[in-house]
Amino acid sequence: MEQTAKKLGVGWFSFTCCEDSTILLTELLNTYLVDWIPLVDFRHFKALKTNNRLDGLDVAFIEGAVSSDSQAASIKQIRAAAKYVVAIGSCACTGMPSAARNAFTQEHLTENIKDYMCRFDYSAKVRKLEEVITVDDKVEGCPMDPQAFLAVLYKYLKIVGVVKD
Amino acid sequence: MHTGEITIDSITKIEGSAGLKVTVEAGKVTDLKFIIQDYRRFYTQAVKGKPYLAAPSFLSRICGTCSVAHLFASIAAIEKSQGIEVSAQTKLLRRLAYNGLMLRDHALHLYFFVLPDVLGLDSILDISDNPGDMGHTLLHDSFDIKKLGSDITDVVIGAAIHAPFPTVGGLIKTPDESKFAELAARLETVRTQVLRGIETFYAWPPIMTRNSDYLALRNPQGYDFLQGEVVNTSGKKVPADKFHEFLKSVVIPYSQAEGYVFSDDHEDYLVGALARINLNQALLNPRTKQDAAKYLTVFPSNNIHHNNLAQAIELLQCVDDSLAILTTIKLVAEHPIRKPPQAGVGVGVLEAPRGILYHMVKVNAQGLIEDYDVIVPTAQNQINIANDLKKYFNENLAKGEEALKWEAEKIIRSYDPCMSCATNFLKMEWIRL
Repeated sequence: MEQTAKKLGVGWFSFTCCEDSTILLTELLNTYLVDWIPLVDFRHFKALKTNNRLDGLDVAFIEGAVSSDSQAASIKQIRAAAKYVVAIGSCACTGMPSAARNAFTQEHLTENIKDYMCRFDYSAKVRKLEEVITVDDKVEGCPMDPQAFLAVLYKYLKIVGVVKD
Repeated sequence: MHTGEITIDSITKIEGSAGLKVTVEAGKVTDLKFIIQDYRRFYTQAVKGKPYLAAPSFLSRICGTCSVAHLFASIAAIEKSQGIEVSAQTKLLRRLAYNGLMLRDHALHLYFFVLPDVLGLDSILDISDNPGDMGHTLLHDSFDIKKLGSDITDVVIGAAIHAPFPTVGGLIKTPDESKFAELAARLETVRTQVLRGIETFYAWPPIMTRNSDYLALRNPQGYDFLQGEVVNTSGKKVPADKFHEFLKSVVIPYSQAEGYVFSDDHEDYLVGALARINLNQALLNPRTKQDAAKYLTVFPSNNIHHNNLAQAIELLQCVDDSLAILTTIKLVAEHPIRKPPQAGVGVGVLEAPRGILYHMVKVNAQGLIEDYDVIVPTAQNQINIANDLKKYFNENLAKGEEALKWEAEKIIRSYDPCMSCATNFLKMEWIRL
């Protein structure tokens, strides 16, 4: 592949989940960080940097399900800022397992659970990502399938013109 | 700052989401809120009614980075509830896999999250690509250490995250022993890199000292993350299955996670690598003790930044313990031990990378889960973190706001907190703040 002068503006975001795909990405960096530095501009990646920004995002990778309206508002803000959005991992793609509480009956809703749901802005149901915004691609798996992630990343490196065949 | 508010909306370079709000009036901190923001998933409720065999894999999803810790704690709790005693080989393979978890998890924290603080940078993404630069050397050391940790767990239990082979009674697949020699050779090579990391965190000067009590598992037979009884600084001992009696849960109204204090005096305490090295350094592998002797003189320590040094020393412990296992073990084909389901209660307590982790299960005669509880390390450390921060801010308000924020983040990061884990609760008598 031929490299151009441009970099892919990337944001990596996590919502309700165990962040296993974030951990897997940090493992992929063992092998790929050196190769990606000239190609990828990580503009928003809270797990790795303090100075994060939403401008200049070509692709937003979003991990996790959506537990509240405030999370949904943040996700819509990311959608508006990014040219493309990729749902990462099972919770973003399907809601599960983070959406396990959607199957709760009244019997499951103990006083402790009601206490937390009242004190914070939990939605009645946990949603998968495409119930909140339009999603351009999905990388499924729990955690995400690393080969599928690499394929999607290289797809957008080409689409945005960072690399040529 | 004399009067005003200092807010960090989102603390970075940690696992999960947390914030900080500090109110200052007339030169004193009048309020400090350390806010764990991850939404709860209520997994301990969702698992009720499920067959016990399904629980460990599901509950490993509490946390991406220490999923193996939740997996093993859940399996241990269920095995106790069912009266299942696993083979010596299973115990040894679990120990080996757990060393792999610690290598990957500690190295992620030390090098990807804390190393930029050591180097005065924002991120590992800003580290020089000059091979002669120490930051570059340490970053590339971390790639080797992390990858080796992941590869050990891959070989022994099938994956580093949500591993498929461990189950109640043993492993569903015996590892491929032919891969052990290559892992052992890489462990010998990586020792030099681990020692370079220990020297780096030893030489890093930050100090944040406050008198804390420390809790850790101790196995008198050796340095052990998976078995032992709970001990504290003053020598009090509690069997692991009575651990919950040590604690009282505290509702923190603005936080998605409850905190914990001692049930008798309501004082805060700390769990994690600092507690383990403070209380158990005499039990370290002899080779680790020999090569880390200079650094072990620092302990016992009340400086929270020494949690980083303690983790770095535990990397060496995991290297040396893994070498001892890999070079002596002779595997035989085994199948998981199974028995007809029985009604029972079991507790699994182990040392997760961030400290003591407790799983409790109640199973009925049909093998279905009737009740489940989890106590995680970051929830236990939550009140200690807030009290450390109050002390820090009260003593340093003359500094500028940006410096205060950076120092506060460094203190929080030193605990290696994990918010994904923290939002799981135990049904105990609560104290309301």
